[in-house]
Amino acid sequence: MTDPRPPEEERRSRDRAELATAAFLLVAALAGVAAIVVYIVTDDTQALGISLGLAFLAVAGAMIVAGLRLYPAQKVVEERPPAADPPAEAAVEQEVGEAVGGLSRRKLLFGAAGAAGAAIGGALIVPLGSLGPFELGGPDPDDLPWKDGVRLVDDQGALIPADLLQQGAFIPAFPEGADKRELASPVMVLRLPEGDDQLDPEQAAIAPRGILAFSRICTHAGCAIALYRNPLFPPQAPSPALVCPCHYSTFDVRQGGKVIFGPAGRDLPQLPLKIDDQGILTAAGPLSGKPGPSYLTVRKT
Amino acid sequence: MRRLLILAAAIGACLVPAAALGQAAPDPAVVATGEEVMQVQAGRTLFLEGCASCHGQNAEGTERAPDLHGAGAQSADFYLRTGRMPLAVPGEQPLRNPPEYSEDEIQALVAYVGSLGGPPIPTVDPAAGNLSEGERLFTLFCAGCHGKLAKGGVVTGALAPSLDAATPVQVAQAIRIGPFVMPPFDDKLIDQEEMNSIVAYVEKTKHADNRGGWDMGGIGPVPEGMAAFFIGLVALLVISRLIGERGS
Repeated sequence: MTDPRPPEEERRSRDRAELATAAFLLVAALAGVAAIVVYIVTDDTQALGISLGLAFLAVAGAMIVAGLRLYPAQKVVEERPPAADPPAEAAVEQEVGEAVGGLSRRKLLFGAAGAAGAAIGGALIVPLGSLGPFELGGPDPDDLPWKDGVRLVDDQGALIPADLLQQGAFIPAFPEGADKRELASPVMVLRLPEGDDQLDPEQAAIAPRGILAFSRICTHAGCAIALYRNPLFPPQAPSPALVCPCHYSTFDVRQGGKVIFGPAGRDLPQLPLKIDDQGILTAAGPLSGKPGPSYLTVRKT
Repeated sequence: MRRLLILAAAIGACLVPAAALGQAAPDPAVVATGEEVMQVQAGRTLFLEGCASCHGQNAEGTERAPDLHGAGAQSADFYLRTGRMPLAVPGEQPLRNPPEYSEDEIQALVAYVGSLGGPPIPTVDPAAGNLSEGERLFTLFCAGCHGKLAKGGVVTGALAPSLDAATPVQVAQAIRIGPFVMPPFDDKLIDQEEMNSIVAYVEKTKHADNRGGWDMGGIGPVPEGMAAFFIGLVALLVISRLIGERGS
């Protein structure tokens, strides 16, 4: 393919294309480094996604410009009968070599490509740190807002009297005075359909009147467990359980949050309850386990 | 199978109507007028034909179906008008169907089950509700299973139905009863005012003004993600066509 433009104009066009390619590659490198920094410094997955996405977009831009303007565009029709023609092959190779060799900013371009490759490669490898080794689950139960004597409040901050809940009902709750957005804060409070008749003595001791509380954060991927199924006629319906809407992990509330279905790998942490002398639902101790998903450490901030 | 059972029960009822009617002993304190007594007795006959095989001859319950003493007109009205009862196979989840009984038959059955004691059909006034309060309460208590736009969902082992077909009274009944695996809410947790607000919100979801355009069924992120995927696919095709060259 011949370029109809005069050599001087073509040279300038190539110069501009080389600069643009190099600029795209440098942006890709910077965005890749930004992704690494974001991963290490914050837990903002949106910023991580934006920086990685920008890196890939910039590489795509560099490839488009290079493909359209820098790479030698040559249509080669293979002649028959000779399937391979050593002299012609050599000629093509030489032509391609000359074209690449003709890049006026060879160092800059290859340097930028190397930087982009290294930064994006790093941005892809560094997050492997999330695979561990880590202790499963979130922060220590001792550091959490739930302690013996902490009263439960509803989403509006009102205390929850024990007689608010009829058998089979539920209400989302939080620790009084704590940050609701804290991973460990939200709990699901529910009352078993039959009271505490079917609980073993150890369970019944922390479930006054059959009222139980569990962390509202799924131990699988950290979704909010918003589904409580409560059989109206137990012989003909599924047993009482908390269900996560993301992947349908199902936790048996009569057996201390034991996983009975779905991908969750460990039981749902239970909050022991008592009723104080004003009839208010109160924590009787910390959560039974670490709240939160199992695949990463959960930062305290 | 169920039709055969009903037929057999009907023949039995024709043969021994006196015996069947004799068992109906409505509480005189609940049933006052002669007309109401007649209605309860008609309901009792229908009950023996269509319901007693699972709920027991005197609605005392069996291992297949619950005791109806204390269920009240509230439950009977809900289950019969939404076609959830009679159930084709005991043990399966009762789901909305065209009602099996006529209006007169439903009133008779509701009168009979109501005469066994229990809450009356609740009243609800969506016009008196507060829409934003209703949205908050619906999100807190209902959206986990039914979805933010009340289009339904699933829990393991059960289906949470869409509320599009539910009338305001039926929504109120379901909140108080807690059918199948739904938790029940009495008026300590959701009082009459809050009930009005929740029902006002549910009514709103039936005719939501979708300013964003097509709501894709209102069932959440899966269809929306699918739409984004296809838009992206088309964009990629266009871009490849722009930067590429057609082979000759």
